[in-house]
Amino acid sequence: MAELSKNDEPQDATPNVSDVEVVDAHSETEAVAAIEAPVERGEPILQVRNLVKHFPLTQGILFKKQIGAVKAVDGVSFDLYQGETLGIVGESGCGKSTVAKLLMNLERATAGEIFYKGQDITKLSGRAMKAVRRNIQMVFQDPYTSLNPRMTVGDIIGEPFDIHPEVAPKGDRRKRVQELLDVVGLNPEYINRYPHQFSGGQRQRIGIARGLALNPEIIICDEPVSALDVSVQAQVINLMERLQDEFNLSYIFIAHDLSIVRHISDRVGVMYLGKIAEIGTDEQIYDHPTHPYTQALLSAVPVPDPEAREGRERIILSGDVPSPANPPSGCRFRTRCWKAEDKCANEVPLLAIPERFKTSDTPAAHESACHFAEEKDVVHAA
Amino acid sequence: MTIIEETAVPSPREGDGGPLLEVRDLHVEFHTREGVVRAVNGVNYNVHAGETLAVLGESGSGKSVTAQAIMGILDMPPAKIPQGEILFRGEDMLKMSGEDRRKIRGRRIAMIFQDALSSLNPVLSVGYQLGEMFRVHQGLSKKDAKAKAIELMDRVKIPAAAARVNDYPHQFSGGMRQRIMIAMALALEPDLIIADEPTTALDVTVQAQVMDLLAELQREYNMGLILITHDLGVVADVADKIAVMYAGRIVERAPIHELYKRPAHPYTRGLLDSIPRLDQKGQELYAIKGLPPNLLHVPTGCAFNPRCPKAQDICRTDVPDLFPVTERDGGELPGRASACHFWKETIHG
Repeated sequence: MAELSKNDEPQDATPNVSDVEVVDAHSETEAVAAIEAPVERGEPILQVRNLVKHFPLTQGILFKKQIGAVKAVDGVSFDLYQGETLGIVGESGCGKSTVAKLLMNLERATAGEIFYKGQDITKLSGRAMKAVRRNIQMVFQDPYTSLNPRMTVGDIIGEPFDIHPEVAPKGDRRKRVQELLDVVGLNPEYINRYPHQFSGGQRQRIGIARGLALNPEIIICDEPVSALDVSVQAQVINLMERLQDEFNLSYIFIAHDLSIVRHISDRVGVMYLGKIAEIGTDEQIYDHPTHPYTQALLSAVPVPDPEAREGRERIILSGDVPSPANPPSGCRFRTRCWKAEDKCANEVPLLAIPERFKTSDTPAAHESACHFAEEKDVVHAA
Repeated sequence: MTIIEETAVPSPREGDGGPLLEVRDLHVEFHTREGVVRAVNGVNYNVHAGETLAVLGESGSGKSVTAQAIMGILDMPPAKIPQGEILFRGEDMLKMSGEDRRKIRGRRIAMIFQDALSSLNPVLSVGYQLGEMFRVHQGLSKKDAKAKAIELMDRVKIPAAAARVNDYPHQFSGGMRQRIMIAMALALEPDLIIADEPTTALDVTVQAQVMDLLAELQREYNMGLILITHDLGVVADVADKIAVMYAGRIVERAPIHELYKRPAHPYTRGLLDSIPRLDQKGQELYAIKGLPPNLLHVPTGCAFNPRCPKAQDICRTDVPDLFPVTERDGGELPGRASACHFWKETIHG
């Protein structure tokens, strides 16, 4: 998959809409047909182009006046290929969870397109949107609040069937729910229990079973293991990898734990203040990062090995992430960057393969939004 | 409260060689409607001045309850300490009067909590809350206390401290709030700081800043530090020695380098194997099977036995002692111990 992303993609900073093969769907029926058609492994299934989400800031009670906007997501483009896992990392407030909500169409995008099999889901409605929603599901961070405490596990996992009865006819549902429980490694006899009778790891399995109920193609996981104990995290990660193979799923895996993201992802995008700073395969990002922010982020991760730590260079950033309501001009990272020059304040760096690496065949040749992109290994001991 | 009273509490900063704090055979239980929960079951550890002890464990392992018992902030009832001693400079704090204990708490032993936002009062300015330490403990005037607060905020590297002293907690970012918590703990220059998951709620880049600050201040003041965490990575960066807890007991104790190189307990080994590495792409993760035990029904014998790949019959019947761990040839390994019947096989393979 890694090769695909590099070679098949036009090596262009911000891919235009014209790159995307838009299925000409005049009627809803055609749109639904396009959505239900299968996608080959390795083909793009989701293409995000210049996605923007601004939350307005208003003043006044009677006469509301917009005084600004929180630029949570500000021009994000990436592709998700069928069968792969795309990791999205970044610190709190970088917009990664807003991206998840936009992909689920839980928030309306301010601008930009999200093409699912060639259909722009930001413009769909009715039957076509319902078909999309069946195919894109989500697993949430907190298994303690994302399950209704007054519903049994059977009702929670079976609820999607009320909306999409074609997936499981009424008589079949109980059996189907028990199958799902079995698939995620829970005892099928637990179908009548309530969420409080389960541990955190088991609840996250219930959340995953609910996500799987409608046989989706894409699952968006927003910090799926960060609320779990270390010894249980590994179980859930292994389960998710197994399910991906078994059901041919594509994952968007959003997390702040860089080690877990490396483990599960084929490609990784690093976000900072609403933009993607760097994107590439896991090897390109972790072993050959070229963006200073990625380097700082990686060097700050504590490695559970006191000996490896001593040989590693640590970059400690000063200050905090600026407010997304008033991001710095030019490169957004420049206020915390040790390489920043005048150019960084005046020119917004584009997400593209840096000029100096373009001709060479190094792993450093991947998209990075920095004027002074330079390779630096911060993960391995010198 | 006057400044003269301060001298009533011995505050020798020069160590007398002995440990600053020693916890001996501590037991804590909670009496609940469903039965008795034995949260801490005979924990022993000590910290010297200038030393960092990491206490590692998952939720329910008893690591925070032990810390709360040391601070004397457990709600009793439902908690009860049926057995054990907590010696601070050789004196058992459990036998002290409430008055004496209050003199130690905050002044000699301070605590940093995980969630800075909920530990700070949202309707009082941070300067007021920091100054409170000096007004209450040292009887300073409001004005002097505020000046001290600014000095402290400078200490923990909060930019423009003088301008921000009247700001409220919500006006600070997560990392800055945690710095204020650290400032508060440092205010009275304690001998020992207990930090309960101080960076868990923070982003990695901020986590690195805060841990660095904590380590720097510890060196400067030659304080003892107990760092309670579930993160094997954070521990590797700062601790001198480590105690791993499971179901209310210490299952392994070791100097920090030793533990990562050669774990002597199957639980520690399992934990180390189950975390993905940043510097290499692994295959399938090793997963410890099963779940941490319910403390109402801790398994008989070794509490880890239902999840242990090496469990034998003896593990199901006999609770293992914390055995001293030695080299294969019997050579001493100072500071190492493991509560496993088969520690030899675990460490020497």
